[in-house]
Amino acid sequence: MTVQAPAAPTKATVRAPRRRVPAAVWLIGPSVIFMILLLGWPVVEGVLQAFQDENGFTLDFVTRMVQDPYFWPAVRNTLLLIVVMIPIQFAFAIGMALLLRANPRLHKVHFFVWAIPLALSDLAAGLVWLSIFNDRGYLNSVLAWLGLEGSSWLAYDNQTTMFICVLIAELWRATSLVLVIVVAGLQGIPKDYDEAAQVFGATFWQRLRHVTLPLLKPSLQVALILRTILAFQTFAVAQALTGQNFPLVVGETYRWYTGLQNPNVAAALALVILVVSMLTSIFYLRALREKNQGGTR
Amino acid sequence: MADISISNLVKTYPGGTERATDDVSLEIADGDFTVLLGPSGCGKTTLLRMLAGLELPDSGSISIGGRDVTYLPPNKRNISMVFQSYAVFPHRSVRYNIGFGLQMAKMPKSDIEKKVQWAAELLQLGPYLDRLPAQLSGGQRQRVAVARAIVVDADVLLMDEPLSNLDALLRLNFRSELKKIVQDLGTTTVYVTHDQSEALSLGDQVAVMRKGRIAQLGGPLDVYDAPSDRFVGGFIGSPPMNFIDAAVTADGDTLVVGDQKLMAPSLLRSFKASDIVLGVRAENVAVGTQRSSGDIAATVLVVEPMGSTVLLTVDVEGQTLKVQAPPTFRTAPHQTIWLSFSPNTMRFYDRETSMALEAK
Repeated sequence: MTVQAPAAPTKATVRAPRRRVPAAVWLIGPSVIFMILLLGWPVVEGVLQAFQDENGFTLDFVTRMVQDPYFWPAVRNTLLLIVVMIPIQFAFAIGMALLLRANPRLHKVHFFVWAIPLALSDLAAGLVWLSIFNDRGYLNSVLAWLGLEGSSWLAYDNQTTMFICVLIAELWRATSLVLVIVVAGLQGIPKDYDEAAQVFGATFWQRLRHVTLPLLKPSLQVALILRTILAFQTFAVAQALTGQNFPLVVGETYRWYTGLQNPNVAAALALVILVVSMLTSIFYLRALREKNQGGTR
Repeated sequence: MADISISNLVKTYPGGTERATDDVSLEIADGDFTVLLGPSGCGKTTLLRMLAGLELPDSGSISIGGRDVTYLPPNKRNISMVFQSYAVFPHRSVRYNIGFGLQMAKMPKSDIEKKVQWAAELLQLGPYLDRLPAQLSGGQRQRVAVARAIVVDADVLLMDEPLSNLDALLRLNFRSELKKIVQDLGTTTVYVTHDQSEALSLGDQVAVMRKGRIAQLGGPLDVYDAPSDRFVGGFIGSPPMNFIDAAVTADGDTLVVGDQKLMAPSLLRSFKASDIVLGVRAENVAVGTQRSSGDIAATVLVVEPMGSTVLLTVDVEGQTLKVQAPPTFRTAPHQTIWLSFSPNTMRFYDRETSMALEAK
């Protein structure tokens, strides 16, 4: 009896100090593991691949990448595409979102139709546009039917039309993403602000400039970061339309990896995209944050 | 400043079957303060939004200062407005918000600054001009909305339940302040509210609305003292008007409530031997513990001391009434008290149509 009596408290004291995994670890654990496996590991692997050969650290692959005759045209084309495409894309998306906000008849159908490209694979989109722009495509057929002479829009020696074709196809494919974000943002702005501006004499453009766009800024930030990063990765549409005639950075990555069987240079190119994307995001966040602070003061 | 003329305005919202405003006509004189009063869904806000141009009517017309504005966009109407939600632009300073209308009109900067200063002083916003709306309290944001509306030299000032988001004390204080500001400006004002005390205290004329129609239009005391139908009497006043089913005798001299009799005013001579409804305000019923001639008996159900008065809920022949007694009046539930009605405060309504009876 005297031995058994203290047994219960002992049991309790044993149970209390037993380490329990805090709930926070359980909650955050899966995503940490997920991030390490799917993001961290490939990034490390990619960096190693780009800067390491059998003898250890090397810059050979980077040099080879830069010296490749397609590299600088690919960089130039990618940047050109971004600089031209993104403003047009935002103008379209904001215009379309404003049209939808005016609640025209069947606006839900319009929104659905405008969002369809979002659901399409980019290679499929590229092939659709190829059937339009190629020498015997729909565009030339329509021109012929109208009695006009067609053109080899995608010929390798016709850089301008090639660029325009890729631009149009990318605009068609990727504007819907911006549209969806802007529409969501517009829905979050109470109608009263726009009505107040109307009552106080603001014209459409004054309302857009002084009320709607400033209030839409958070959504535009998100869309801008997303679209710019995604634009660096433009690949399948251009590949389908022009093959290697209109090189883009990701297209080059693909060529080095599959065509030239050189995963190391491909990794170096992929790193270029990663670094540029990160710099862009940081730039946008900085630029837009400073504006916010300026507004407070 | 300008007068407003609204005629036969009909509006049905898309998808709706009921008319939001049903053939409304209303004349508002230059410089008048008109209150549109009614329960939610009565069409008062729709009417105001059509005045502002934020909604377009299906038929009818609106003219401001003799100019037909029925289908003009809001920015062409020369109006200003205070919104229920304030709608103060959250991304810009108080200064910018107040001067917004002037800036849109491309007024020179120095003039804008002068006017903004004037309005800010009037509404005690001077120290907050450089703040963002998020750094202000609800009451201050409301002041910004009012300041923004009064700096522009508008023909008409529209207000859509501007006080409804303030707490009770602030609402009471700001109400009189608002009345003074609008009086000094002298701008024609249309004010929408569902709060009857606001309507009575602010308006030169009150339009009581129900189901898209104006049930009664008149001065605040008119709509309070002589409601044109049972709805208006029941909506205005706290407590609302009492309505008692009664009958006029064949000779037209006596009013019968259950088994009790009242002297009938001369008006009822033209309604001999008919069933009517007697309407009387709580404060117009005198109460006593002793019977005097012409009184009717009532049983006390509830006693509510309100400070300045005692509110009694009493039963008269199976009908419930609210009456006001002086604060010194002592009574308790189940006691019998005596009510006396004075003929000139009694109102009479048709049992069927609920409309006020008029001498034939």
